[in-house]
Amino acid sequence: MNHQPNQFPRWKNILIITSVLLSLIYTLPNFYGEAPAVQIMTLESGGKIDTSILKSIETTLKESDISINRLIIEDIGIKVKLESTDDQLKAKQLIQDVIGDNYVVALNLLPNSPNWLTSIGALPMHLGLDLRGGVHFLMQLDMSVAKNKGVDNLLIIVRKELQKEKIPYFGSTKIDDSIQIKFKKELDRSAAKAVFESLGTGRKIQVKRLTKETAAYTFVETNSANEFILNVTPNTYTNEDTRTVALKQNLETLNNRINELGVAEPIIQQQGSDRIVVQLPGVQDTAKAKEIIGRTAMLEMRMVEENPEVVNASIAGKIPTGLEIFNNRNGDPVVVKKGAVLTGERIVDAAPGVDSVNGRPVVTLRLDSPGKAIFKRLTRDNVGKRIALILIDKKMTEVVTAPRIQSEIGGGRVQITGMSNSQEATDIALLLRAGSLATPMEIVEERTVGPSMGKENIDRGIKSTIWGFMAIIVMMAVYYMGFGLVSVIALSVNLIFLVALLSIIQATLTLPGIAAIALTLGMAIDANVLINERIRDEIRNGNTPQASISIGYEKAWGTLLDSNMTTMIAGLALVMFGSGPVKGFAVVLVLGILTSMYSSIWVSRAIINYSYGRRRHIDKLSIGEIFKVNNN
Amino acid sequence: MEIFRVKQDIPFMKYSRLSAAISIIIFVLSASFLATKGLNLGIDFTGGTIMEVSYPDGIDVQDIRDTLQSIDLEDSQVQNFGTEKDVLIKLPLKEGQSIAELSEKVSSALRLDNNSMQVRRVESVGAQVGEELYEDGALAILFVCLGIVLYLAMRFEWRFAIAAIIANMHDVIIILGFFSLFQWEFNLTVLAAVLAVLGYSVNESVVVFDRVRENLRKASMRNSTISEVMNNAITRTMSRTIMTHLSTQTVVVSMLIFGGEILHNFALALTIGILFGIYSSIMVGCPMAMWLGTTQKNLAKNVAEDTNKTTG
Repeated sequence: MNHQPNQFPRWKNILIITSVLLSLIYTLPNFYGEAPAVQIMTLESGGKIDTSILKSIETTLKESDISINRLIIEDIGIKVKLESTDDQLKAKQLIQDVIGDNYVVALNLLPNSPNWLTSIGALPMHLGLDLRGGVHFLMQLDMSVAKNKGVDNLLIIVRKELQKEKIPYFGSTKIDDSIQIKFKKELDRSAAKAVFESLGTGRKIQVKRLTKETAAYTFVETNSANEFILNVTPNTYTNEDTRTVALKQNLETLNNRINELGVAEPIIQQQGSDRIVVQLPGVQDTAKAKEIIGRTAMLEMRMVEENPEVVNASIAGKIPTGLEIFNNRNGDPVVVKKGAVLTGERIVDAAPGVDSVNGRPVVTLRLDSPGKAIFKRLTRDNVGKRIALILIDKKMTEVVTAPRIQSEIGGGRVQITGMSNSQEATDIALLLRAGSLATPMEIVEERTVGPSMGKENIDRGIKSTIWGFMAIIVMMAVYYMGFGLVSVIALSVNLIFLVALLSIIQATLTLPGIAAIALTLGMAIDANVLINERIRDEIRNGNTPQASISIGYEKAWGTLLDSNMTTMIAGLALVMFGSGPVKGFAVVLVLGILTSMYSSIWVSRAIINYSYGRRRHIDKLSIGEIFKVNNN
Repeated sequence: MEIFRVKQDIPFMKYSRLSAAISIIIFVLSASFLATKGLNLGIDFTGGTIMEVSYPDGIDVQDIRDTLQSIDLEDSQVQNFGTEKDVLIKLPLKEGQSIAELSEKVSSALRLDNNSMQVRRVESVGAQVGEELYEDGALAILFVCLGIVLYLAMRFEWRFAIAAIIANMHDVIIILGFFSLFQWEFNLTVLAAVLAVLGYSVNESVVVFDRVRENLRKASMRNSTISEVMNNAITRTMSRTIMTHLSTQTVVVSMLIFGGEILHNFALALTIGILFGIYSSIMVGCPMAMWLGTTQKNLAKNVAEDTNKTTG
């Protein structure tokens, strides 16, 4: 039988050597550790850093004898790498004092690897929260509220449109998920339908996905004596859009809040259709993080019912339709009209302050431009009336404050008075800022890892891997001698490949991920055991050493493919269905299978070829003692 | 060094009835544990909160229990682990209680009692999330089984595929049985271990089956019975089986020793899986394939194709 000689073509050898060298380079950054740094970011989303502050940062740090290791300017902010954690804490305070409140200064850790590595894109692996400490939250959005609000808003808009178009109607109410409008004439009803259809078109411009010709609403017409009734239900995809918008709004609000926290490299991501994942690495004060992120309230402005008779009747328990009753912060009841005139989404900012005239504490609200327009019309039409600012939460709803409208307000800056002290003003401002969610949400999963625990976990993971690895080296060397050593070298190369690959794709390493690295090593050796056993088999069968190597590798290949594919299937299932820690495990497992096949088959073969392949005559392979049955 | 100095093939198949009996007994035992005791599901699946706190100067767990009682959390479990400095607190899910508030409530109450307390780890999972994780886990197991059966049916033959998956499920049931018997906590990482075992132990069956197929193709074995063919295949892969498992097991033991609390049950599940994986691939997989009626003829088609491939 003719078998391929134990020589790789040159390209194969070059490929192997290159891949090993490249992997070595990309593995390197993981060994340099991280240096303390501070990160300066703007508070406004999408805002750019003013480069003039660079100078002031540099001079300030120089004056305080804090040496800057490196200054990195990025689109999202400035990173200042420092020498020690003491410097880091001092620098944070100093910089914050100098650059003021428009910027946030956060503590961060930056890779300590030399610049030439960073410049070729060789970065260390990301460490998961369980390895560096931090908080993970999963937030669940209450979409029923968003849907409800969508219908509420539709009702408000439609009323306005019908008025504008001068279409007479005598009654419009919300019934569950739909709107019912009554008309005197059939003609008016058809005209109203046209209005709805135009509304649908109007929304097409706003939301890209809506360019389809599907109607936005379903109409049901019923007639009774002298009444032409129109029932309008938003279609599924209209509701879906309400959801998408709500989710986007909540994501943005969370972004703003987390900016306020000053966390370096937070992760804020959508998960599924109604959830948001928030990960804050390095955050230690979980109570504060939760307070700021977890404010799950939604703010609405509603008109206060002021007719004393109606108010008294309501408080006595006879609440007329269209009214609701809530308590204020002192526990006193306030009767308000249903339907929000303005919602918290329109509030850009809320800050405590003092009135420039009388020095009393106030809260100043800043509205966005649609908010400005709405508020201007609202205040013009309702001077002298009271407006309630209501905070709606999952569990309770309260009236934060119910000020009287003094005059028309056009500039989008709203000053609320009536606070008894500055503490109250601060609290209310905080609550109002918190209310800019489109729909309430709650934390449904929390995973917090303290910083000391993170370090310990790294330590544990590395120890497990190293001791396991050492034991394998000893076992392989004793049992398979020279071939065992080659297997061990292939295994080490496998480890380097795996770490390099994880660094290149910037995977997040978790403790289960390290466990997967260790496990992959244990399993990867299987390939070399199999190959070595096959070679022994062939020698036992009386083949020459050269032929045994060749046939051994060839026969092992099919088996290796099948056995690795099945493990691969398991790994892929874990990637698909796993979440959090399990996913980290699975990604490493899958990559580990790929690298192990390459290194155990090609790399080990290359070494074997190098040591045996060129020799014309070999007496014996260094593959340990082979027991032969002599009775054949 | 050569561990297995066998002169003749070990007649594994002769013991197949015995092994079947053993397997059935273990299976029934595991199933009955699962049915009666169930799994001690971790909060990943049930929902709830786990807090790991540490006191540099140590603490009496009774103090913590008293504190928790004072804030109406009497149904919580408090236990030391490792040293008396580290305490694990388990809080069940409560209707109307926000999980975010719960852990803050506990940590502030504990800190009030003893200022040196440090929160090392908190895991809180809501009921719905837990349910979903459970469903996803079940789906993952199903997907893996189907995937493996399909792949093996394609590469070998359906009899081998069924035999391998039965040998595999056998291992999984036993792992679950152990976790049920000792009421070890079954969480997401243990699930990951179970799935890894599914992939890993099928490896074992594949290697043996591969030899069986190769033997069936050999001229010298043409007159042997199927059980002789299998005995030969198992005997000749024995050395590899032991070496591979030994090395994987070594790594897992290293994890068991150094991995700490989080990896402990993960490593335990792997240990059971690996040990029974050896047994099941030899004493369950092969007899199964035999009883399902594997013959030279079944494989003839595949064999013919494969031979063409190797020569061509």
